Amino acid sequence: MTDTPLLALQGISKSYPGVKANEDVSFRIGAGHIHALLGENGAGKSTLVKMIYGLVRPDAGTMSLSGAPFAPSAPREARARGVAMVFQHFSLFDALNVAENVALGMDHAPAPRALAGRIREVSAGYGLPLDPDRLVGDLSAGERQRVEIIRCLLQEPRLLIMDEPTSVLTPQEVEILFGTLRQLAAEGTSILYISHKLEEIRALCNEATVLRRGKVVGTADPRQATARELAEMMVGTTLTPPARARRDLGEVALAVDHLTLPALSAFGTSLTDVTLQVRAGEVLGIGGVAGNGQDELLLALSGEVRARPDAILLGGRPVGAMGPNERRHAGLLTAPEERLGHAAAPDMSLIENAFLTGADRKRLTRNGFVDWRETQIFAEDVIKTFDVRTPGPGVAARALSGGNLQKFVIGREILQNPFVIVVNQPTWGVDAAAAAFIRQALLDRASAGAAVLVISQDIDEILEIADKFAALNGGRLSEPVPTEGLTVDRIGLMLGGAHGLSGTDEVQHVPA
Amino acid sequence: MFRLEKRPTPSTFWIYATPFLAVALTMVAGGILFAILGKDPVAAIKLIFFDPLFSADYASYARPQLLVKAGPLILIAIGLSLGFRAGIWNIGAEGQYVIGALCGAAAGLAFFPTDSRWVFPLMVAAGALGGFLWAMIPAILRTKFNTNEILVSLLLVYVAKQLIASAALNFLRNPDGAGFPGSRNLAQIPAMANPELIPGTGLHWGGVAAILAVAVAYVMLQRHILGYQIKLAGQAPRAARFAGVNSDRLIILCMGFSGALAGMAGFFEVSGPAGQITIDFGAGYGFTAIIVAFLGRLNPIGIFFAGLLMALTYIGGELAQLVLGLPAAAIQAFQGMLLFFLLAVDLLANYRIRFILPGAR
Repeated sequence: MTDTPLLALQGISKSYPGVKANEDVSFRIGAGHIHALLGENGAGKSTLVKMIYGLVRPDAGTMSLSGAPFAPSAPREARARGVAMVFQHFSLFDALNVAENVALGMDHAPAPRALAGRIREVSAGYGLPLDPDRLVGDLSAGERQRVEIIRCLLQEPRLLIMDEPTSVLTPQEVEILFGTLRQLAAEGTSILYISHKLEEIRALCNEATVLRRGKVVGTADPRQATARELAEMMVGTTLTPPARARRDLGEVALAVDHLTLPALSAFGTSLTDVTLQVRAGEVLGIGGVAGNGQDELLLALSGEVRARPDAILLGGRPVGAMGPNERRHAGLLTAPEERLGHAAAPDMSLIENAFLTGADRKRLTRNGFVDWRETQIFAEDVIKTFDVRTPGPGVAARALSGGNLQKFVIGREILQNPFVIVVNQPTWGVDAAAAAFIRQALLDRASAGAAVLVISQDIDEILEIADKFAALNGGRLSEPVPTEGLTVDRIGLMLGGAHGLSGTDEVQHVPA
Repeated sequence: MFRLEKRPTPSTFWIYATPFLAVALTMVAGGILFAILGKDPVAAIKLIFFDPLFSADYASYARPQLLVKAGPLILIAIGLSLGFRAGIWNIGAEGQYVIGALCGAAAGLAFFPTDSRWVFPLMVAAGALGGFLWAMIPAILRTKFNTNEILVSLLLVYVAKQLIASAALNFLRNPDGAGFPGSRNLAQIPAMANPELIPGTGLHWGGVAAILAVAVAYVMLQRHILGYQIKLAGQAPRAARFAGVNSDRLIILCMGFSGALAGMAGFFEVSGPAGQITIDFGAGYGFTAIIVAFLGRLNPIGIFFAGLLMALTYIGGELAQLVLGLPAAAIQAFQGMLLFFLLAVDLLANYRIRFILPGAR
């Protein structure tokens, strides 16, 4: 590390009512370094970078930039000092073109024609192909991110903050992005790279600070450390799979047979020839980068999108043409990734949301009329059994924190005694304790004889609870392999694998 | 400086208080408008809201008019509110109302002369069926071809008006009417008339149907699974699909129900207060009912009171035109203010206003 670090944080703390988001955080980033900020969801990474970018003010502690005191009270000040940030969620206008969007985000935007020229220059210089005249609405997620990055680069930052940049990217786009970031670092720009994806950090970064529950729990050289060491620092325990009792596997409970579905929208992914089997008592984990068909697979399994009848077999019975309620009746329950608006109606109470999927299996209707008393009992049961923190069952779903609502959603399905349960991103954005609880509940359900299918972008989660692992890539599913003895490297290979890798040629030697 | 902050849960107090606040603000702003026009604002407001019900001079005529006008408004608005809650926008209730009147009258007149007591129920059913079928045009186009039901239902209003004008001139023209356009006067045919049921109240069968519709809609929204699906589809369409709600079925149901109620309202009007099919039948009830539905917050009980209030502003407005010489446009602006303020203060239910002192962060 150089003598005067570009950015140094000393004793930074920030509390919100009831939570210490950051406590006594100190670290330094050298000029031209790619520094990883590593931690689980809820570890305090976002709050920390918001303070560096001037969106939030620290309660205590000091920051310095190139040795000079640095205490931005607004993003404008941070930008003026050479700090730029690319957010996880883009702030772009679909109806405007690339150059107009870039101009809107700049403090002193040059004239439109000059700006378009600069955009072409920078995009060519950093290997980020982008046409300034195209409408943002027509761009892919990866191209939208380029707009944000180029907007930052035009301001010639000394420090570029990237918040979970790869969650929306395809593997190819990730490679392009990494090339750009390495080039920037070589030119002397420092990069603060926030992620919980270990493989990326090992591939890209040369320093890492690990956060857990708002505190720095260690630093590491990610090129030297193994993914397991980093993960253990992040999670705080040695990574031993939780109480996973040896289970006797039963018959095949859920079978998907050569399922092919066209993309649902212009930006969707089509499913191609997806085949899988989950036996009673078994947990199958499906991993993959976001946007590789996870949502589509869940919709096809939940019944929101129909397939040919025998593409999906539930205990041998064709259910592919059935709607969601018929499938629930048959014992196939699902929990989508998006909690608010998909798994639950934001403005409805927890009682009404309990009715959403529980109507049939919990017998909550009488001659077409809703039995609200029974429904309330069911909602209270979910709240109690899954430790959902809420003032009561009459509260609107949107008033709950993400983790609590997720516990409610998963609990609502599990308490209906599913024969097969499918969950997408069961612990996304959930704090560590709630995540452990949800994972244990899924395992318990498997022990009770259900087939469990977990779709997740969190590799560690899959390693922790799944018996078998399969990778979803571009809408194709690889052959499932046992997780026992599976290395993170191997998983990375399967996830990022070219489409030809899926199934036969690569994975055949592994006993199914 | 102030800014809006989203409440974690909608405020129950403001859900009930906003209609009253909106009425109060309308009185203030309307009063200012009337004052600018050189009229006594207090007298004008009193003439609109108070005199139709309680003044010795006007009440005997105006009071029965309240139910006559509120009946169709409530009946149509109840039907519309179900669709609006589900995010299905039937804007063409006026057309369904007109077609309902046409079909109901035609079904009865086909049996003329008759004194069978079955002919009136048959006409009610024909009116409802006419409105239902007219609403099925946008509904089926929407489910089969994904057309926009707002545009289709709205444009069909003008088609319906042409149809009824043509009927009044051609196949429904009164043979004994000396060649004048317009059908036989149903109100003068005992078997087909929709008379005032209790003298002096203005209540006819349309009012009875409206009250029934309020009760049915209330129970359905509170207790029936269909009501749950309607609310779910409107608030969270993706969650509704996840819950297995068949959106096509819901569109057909909501459009059909609102069409049938509007058609029924049209028939009750043509067989009662209006009496006959005329070239320009249809007084805009179908459009005003949209305002009534929102004024009542899409809640059946709310719509009941909103219908009465809206009818009151119509009657009071006419009175103010007569007595004070207020221009009709001023009355319309006044009614527009009511909707405007309602929608504006509506946001207090979901947002709170935070005042920020300048300089503080």
